[in-house]
Amino acid sequence: MGKTLFDKVWDAHIVDVVENGPQVLYIDRHLIHEVTSPQAFNELESRGISIARPDKIVATADHNTPTLDQHLPVKDQLSRNQLEQLTKNCEKNKITLYGLGHENNGIVHVIAPELGITQPGMTMVCGDSHTSTHGAFGTIAFGIGTSQVAQVFASQCLLLEKPKKLRVSVNGTLAKGVLPKDVILYIISKLGTNSGTGYFCEYAGNVFEEMSMEGRMTVCNMSIEMGARGGMIAPDETTFEYIKGREFAPQGEEFDKKVAYWKTLPTDADAVFDQEYHIKAEDIGPMITYGTNPGMGIKITEHIPEIADASFEKSLEYMNFKKGDSLINKEINYVFIGSCTNSRIEDFRVAASFVKGKQKAQNVNAWLVPGSQKVAKQIQEEGLQSIFEAAGFTLRQPGCSACLAMNDDKIPEGEYCVSTSNRNFEGRQGQGARTILASPLVAAATAIAGKIVDITKHLN
Amino acid sequence: MEKFIQLSSTAIPLVTENVDTDQIIPARFLKATDKLGFGDNVFRDWRYQKDGSVNESFPLNNPIYGGSILVAGDNFGCGSSREHAAWALVGYGFKVIVSSFFADIFKGNALNNGLLPVQVSEAFLKELLQEIQENPSLEICIDLENQVISTSNKEEKFEIDPYKKVCMINGYDDIDFLISKKDKIKSFEATL
Repeated sequence: MGKTLFDKVWDAHIVDVVENGPQVLYIDRHLIHEVTSPQAFNELESRGISIARPDKIVATADHNTPTLDQHLPVKDQLSRNQLEQLTKNCEKNKITLYGLGHENNGIVHVIAPELGITQPGMTMVCGDSHTSTHGAFGTIAFGIGTSQVAQVFASQCLLLEKPKKLRVSVNGTLAKGVLPKDVILYIISKLGTNSGTGYFCEYAGNVFEEMSMEGRMTVCNMSIEMGARGGMIAPDETTFEYIKGREFAPQGEEFDKKVAYWKTLPTDADAVFDQEYHIKAEDIGPMITYGTNPGMGIKITEHIPEIADASFEKSLEYMNFKKGDSLINKEINYVFIGSCTNSRIEDFRVAASFVKGKQKAQNVNAWLVPGSQKVAKQIQEEGLQSIFEAAGFTLRQPGCSACLAMNDDKIPEGEYCVSTSNRNFEGRQGQGARTILASPLVAAATAIAGKIVDITKHLN
Repeated sequence: MEKFIQLSSTAIPLVTENVDTDQIIPARFLKATDKLGFGDNVFRDWRYQKDGSVNESFPLNNPIYGGSILVAGDNFGCGSSREHAAWALVGYGFKVIVSSFFADIFKGNALNNGLLPVQVSEAFLKELLQEIQENPSLEICIDLENQVISTSNKEEKFEIDPYKKVCMINGYDDIDFLISKKDKIKSFEATL
């Protein structure tokens, strides 16, 4: 029987197998940030254990950083302390840190791919559930808790049960205005938020094959929102082309050798999955969420479903929506374009292409937060910044920002925010804030109109 | 890590489904660099009203309920990987969470902190939540050795990874185990 992409990468990293128990899996790259690492450093220090492979760890500051005036000392004392702790821990343990202001700084899941750290066939972990993003490269990448961060520090390995395998195939032609974000929001809305629990998910079909790396990252990023530990897409020419020449990518002959190996990774034709779903691309439309989990999504033209269930009703009550409501023409005062889901150059290109020559609505506060310093630079170099500024938008500095609102970028209580991020949980973007997840195109259109509009009627 | 063998306690019912880790511990409380004090802020935005007053209707604030078991709706612990959620629940005094479904990362984090996730059938959960609400002094017994959850009138077997069971019963954690594999890891690295 053939093997899946996931099997091939997983099996190549098994160090040992515990009888009737988990497997010891080797980890190629460990990404860390300020919020979920300090307790792991403390744990090792208190037990007198040194870090096994500091050369395989890369650190960045992103979750708890300001997106304005990054050159000034961080105002909030607790945040400043957490960032200082990361710097100290990295210096002490000789770990590469791309701290605030560094040209490589940015959201952990944006910088690793753009630096060429993320490569096909690798195992990667980070104390962040959206580590699934890196699966876009045919990488086994998943989020871990802080105890596991400490385990990887101590041994460069993790003890894990091998997850089951799931494949979601999307074939056909996507309609105009349907972005990768819409594809994944549609998948989650159909399969549900726990459909992927216990599984690693492979995305297959011509829709993903034809997608850019940025788009594939958006899709894999949200695998965790259907419960899957990770998502993967088979590496192909698009993947190799993206990696080629990047700072930490293999160079010259070494690159060619790697490509030859990467080409062996895609799932064999006779491989079997534990679960399979097939979706028609033509059924997908621009999406929007109306509730407090990412599975509560509808096409922007649809109405909120009428479901009799206490948790569903609690969710609508929080959002101040009613069953049967349409979201079209709903006034929106906040728009956020950013997060590890949608803060890459392509996301700002699509937003800028819509915004060009238009003006932001008076009532809207729009926060545009690039995923990294490199994306910020590209926005400027490609002339997108001047398009945004002419339309009345301000660009902020890189970071996780209003996706989880750990810093000052909080949506006020009771306000709606059309957001390109990944979670619409209660209070996620600030206490009492109401999040509506959407693509960067829908977010840009909302910022221009000051309300939710049927994007399909506003495309040239 | 504290050992877990058996526990008998009353429980607090949380009927809500899809309880995400942002609700268990909101992001604004993640700025600490140690594991202490998170219990004070567990379910912060559900326990307190917007004006800071106590939300009397939230089960954790209802004096009729108590104990070290939380019985919660389906898909508990989804969302963010923050282990702070497990630290917050342990810090508050919970030793067991019962649900019909747990998110992967949360389940691992709980087990790594001596907090036992007990997965029961949907029917068992529904009845249990009902019974606790009717009789808040209902004792629930968790027997990890035999993998049984029981009350005076019913019981159900639950699954746990055999390796994790040994860890819970003995209070072991994975770091010691992984370090004991150092030679194998070194030989593996030599093949890379």
